[in-house]
Amino acid sequence: MSTEPTQSLKEYVTAMIGGQLFGLPILRVQDVFLPERLTRVPLAPAEIAGVLNLRGRIVTLIDMRCLLGLGERKDKTPAMAIGVETRGESYGLLIDSVGEVLKLDDAAREPNPINLDARLARVCAGIHRLEGQLLMLVDVDRVLDVGTASAIAA
Amino acid sequence: MDDLLREFVTETNESLDVVDVELVRFEQDPNNAKILDNIFRLVHTIKGTCGFIGLPRLEALAHAAETLMGKFRDGLPATNDAVTLILATIDRIKAILDSLEREQREPEGDDADLIADLERMVERIAAPAASQAAGTLADQVLERPLRPGEDSLDDLERAFRETEVEPIVMTPAKPLASGDVAAFDDEASKPANQSIRVTVETLEQLMTMVSELVLTRNQLLEIVRRHEDSEFKTPLQRLSNVTAELQEGVMKTRMQPIGNAWQKLPRIVRDLSNELGKQIELEMHGAETELDRQVLDLIKDPLTHMVRNSADHGLETPEERRALGKPERGRIRLSAYHEGGHIIIQIADDGRGLNTERIKAKAIAQGLATEAEIEKLSEAQVHKFIFVPGFSTAVQITSVSGRGVGMDVVRNNIDQIGGTIDVKSVAGAGLNFIIKIPLTLAIVAALIVEAGGERFAIPQLSVVELVRARSGGEHRIERIKDTTVLRLRDKLLPLARLRHLLGAEHGDVENGFIVVTQVGSQTFGIVVDAVFHTEEIVVKPLSSRLRHIAMFSGNTILGDGSVIMIIDPNGVARAFGSEATSHMRAGEEVEHHQGSAAEQATSLLVFRAGSAQPKAVPLALITRLEEIDARKIELSNGRHMVQYRGQLMPLITPSEKVRVKDEGAQPLLVFSDGSRSMALVVDEIVDIVEDRLDIQVGSDNPGVLGSAVIKGLATEIIDIGHFLPLAFEDWFRRKDQVSRPRPRSVLLIDDSPFFRNMLVPVLQAAGYEVTACASAPEALQLLKDGVAFDVVITDIEMPEMDGFTFAEAVRADPRTADLPVIALSSVVSADSVERGRRAGFYDYVAKFDRQGLIAALKEQTDLGRAA
Repeated sequence: MSTEPTQSLKEYVTAMIGGQLFGLPILRVQDVFLPERLTRVPLAPAEIAGVLNLRGRIVTLIDMRCLLGLGERKDKTPAMAIGVETRGESYGLLIDSVGEVLKLDDAAREPNPINLDARLARVCAGIHRLEGQLLMLVDVDRVLDVGTASAIAA
Repeated sequence: MDDLLREFVTETNESLDVVDVELVRFEQDPNNAKILDNIFRLVHTIKGTCGFIGLPRLEALAHAAETLMGKFRDGLPATNDAVTLILATIDRIKAILDSLEREQREPEGDDADLIADLERMVERIAAPAASQAAGTLADQVLERPLRPGEDSLDDLERAFRETEVEPIVMTPAKPLASGDVAAFDDEASKPANQSIRVTVETLEQLMTMVSELVLTRNQLLEIVRRHEDSEFKTPLQRLSNVTAELQEGVMKTRMQPIGNAWQKLPRIVRDLSNELGKQIELEMHGAETELDRQVLDLIKDPLTHMVRNSADHGLETPEERRALGKPERGRIRLSAYHEGGHIIIQIADDGRGLNTERIKAKAIAQGLATEAEIEKLSEAQVHKFIFVPGFSTAVQITSVSGRGVGMDVVRNNIDQIGGTIDVKSVAGAGLNFIIKIPLTLAIVAALIVEAGGERFAIPQLSVVELVRARSGGEHRIERIKDTTVLRLRDKLLPLARLRHLLGAEHGDVENGFIVVTQVGSQTFGIVVDAVFHTEEIVVKPLSSRLRHIAMFSGNTILGDGSVIMIIDPNGVARAFGSEATSHMRAGEEVEHHQGSAAEQATSLLVFRAGSAQPKAVPLALITRLEEIDARKIELSNGRHMVQYRGQLMPLITPSEKVRVKDEGAQPLLVFSDGSRSMALVVDEIVDIVEDRLDIQVGSDNPGVLGSAVIKGLATEIIDIGHFLPLAFEDWFRRKDQVSRPRPRSVLLIDDSPFFRNMLVPVLQAAGYEVTACASAPEALQLLKDGVAFDVVITDIEMPEMDGFTFAEAVRADPRTADLPVIALSSVVSADSVERGRRAGFYDYVAKFDRQGLIAALKEQTDLGRAA
């Protein structure tokens, strides 16, 4: 908020999920933490990795690999989580690793390709072409809405 | 804003809310001087205060209204028009107060129109009754309940005393003086002495701090638990107690009766019934049920909305109702009560119910589902569409409701507080909304258990007892196909393994701890792998992503810092598939007459024997289910026998097609009567189901009563009465010769052939001579003809003449006045027992309670003999 980005520059926290680079708007990111003492929730949707106590708050962890259909984690390095909030509830998005913060020009954003996997298309707000790789912008609200919408329809 | 003005606005708003409610009550009960006096006093206070602070516009309005009410007090009739006018005046006063609050001064404009109307009304009602004498007024003792936002001083004081913190006490505002102080001096000063106003934020913060304190205390307890001899133990115990009391005190300050949220409803319903030309009766039950303040605020609007909906769309016009044979006056029923750590609020009406076809059409039109999908949905599922955003089925948008912001808004609000809403609708009979709200932020005692490697909390409130089950131990878990039961003090307790409920793999079923749980009238056992301890937990609402899981009501942080799920006993009960509330009858006792035994659900044991067609027998008749090693079956005197509990038990096959197995496990249904037992040989025990026992096709086949549809399958209902004598006949004849000189005679009256067929052999087996009658008049005729009986057993619910009338008739005849009559009923309530006693029944026995019936018979006949 105190930085002076020109109107179209936005800051994103980057994260690797299943070999793909993603970017989350920095204003939505509360913190980054190492999930510990995770409690599995029986009967929960597959993408809910569990719940944990983060400084006295109960945080629901969403496994982004599972949500986006990017396969299961194979390596043993501990996963990271990005803390986000919505309507007073705390969530953690489980990712493989967190990267640097990038400033990206909104004007350079490109729409999702039409042949993008439906699970990715559902939560991606567009694509930035970086040097050597593509960065997919994550719409945090849509990530948190997936599932609640299906719960209503059920 | 000026403190004085703020105080005035708050007080006046509260007074006006009371006036609203009281006026509606007064209109219905115009002779109640007490209500009128109360209203008069409140309006008078408002008027006086306005004059004091200098609010001429309000003062003029209040004065005009007071004059009109003064006329009521003088005994003039409170007409609908007059009350409407006063209510309109109150609305105007409220509007002025609103802008007063915002702009700190009275808005421009004048109220000459209303005042003129009020004055005209005074003249009009005064004219014809000018000579009438003023009514006398009852002495008024003011016992005002605490207003919203107020807490009793005691509660607050206790909460504060427990802490070392300097209490933040706001000086109670001085009661506002006015020109007419003496009249309401007592009213203004009394509450001020008993309660103080504390801002909600202060309470919220106090609550947060207490929650933290509880968590910290739990952590300490957890540490001490690991060290056996700790010197911290005693002071920690003390800390623990103080924390508990502090917590209770603070919790109390946040609780408010739900009646506060209902306060505006009588007025709304009254206005609606005028506007819509419908007669509406609003019933409110459980207004004293206390709810967290925060929760209360959030459900206020949804409740109002739903009551409006019921009045507008739900209830029919008087003409329509008359045509349908319903009472002209429609009913809306609000009720609130606690159930297993939740608060349940129901809004029911006896109107037309939801229009399933219209909802379907709308859902298709809005693209929520395809026609093919919708055809697959059950009616209840279709009804759920009303909660989808933007869904409104009202064809005509009225001024009352149906503006498209409907049930979805309601659902949203309820979601926010972690609640759920459900709808049950019966076309033509009514609609019932059931809102279930957890006690958010509440602190409850819970039992910490383990299942499938995870820990869970079960609210202590619903736990009845703990039973340890071990194979070979005193309490054994027994299996009926996939169902497990526990024999606990002569009752079969249905069991559910928590691990399985939570979707884990099936494992050891023999061992475990059984948490005997009660939800409403249902008792069942939850089998867990281990039980740890009880702990005070702070209930935190589930994340919205997890809220749909019915098995959990919330989650919590334990003393050791880990998060665990709180089991919802209601969810577990539902998993048994026979939750009490699933049998919803819209409008509850309104329409449905109490069904006879045949209409009520009976627990039936379904099995197969001899053919693929399922057979069933009422579970209550069965003493035990056994599975014995087929090699233990012996053949003696041409009959199959097995040594069972030190006695020979005959095995009976229900038909020739059933073969007694040569090897493996042979399932048996054991029927016992006193020391005698017999077993029915079956091929396979299929299931235990709850269903209506409605024999639709009779049978000439001995041993089969007939066929009924059970869980969608045509099922033969086995006549146990046919088989009992096959096993026992020679036995009791011999026994009778020894012990009974003359068999005592019993007259059995029951309109249901099923029960007659079932009971006759049972009674015969117990050594009685039985005469069965299908109706009470038939039985009376027998008695009149001079046939002597030792005792009469009669059903209560019968057409023509019921059991009560029959008993009275027996008593009335001097020849039979001393004849013992035992009532047999499927409904045994304190009420009916009392009524039965007055009608002259000697005893009252539940229909399936065979042992109880035999005991009662024995008692009555032995008494008769002794006399």
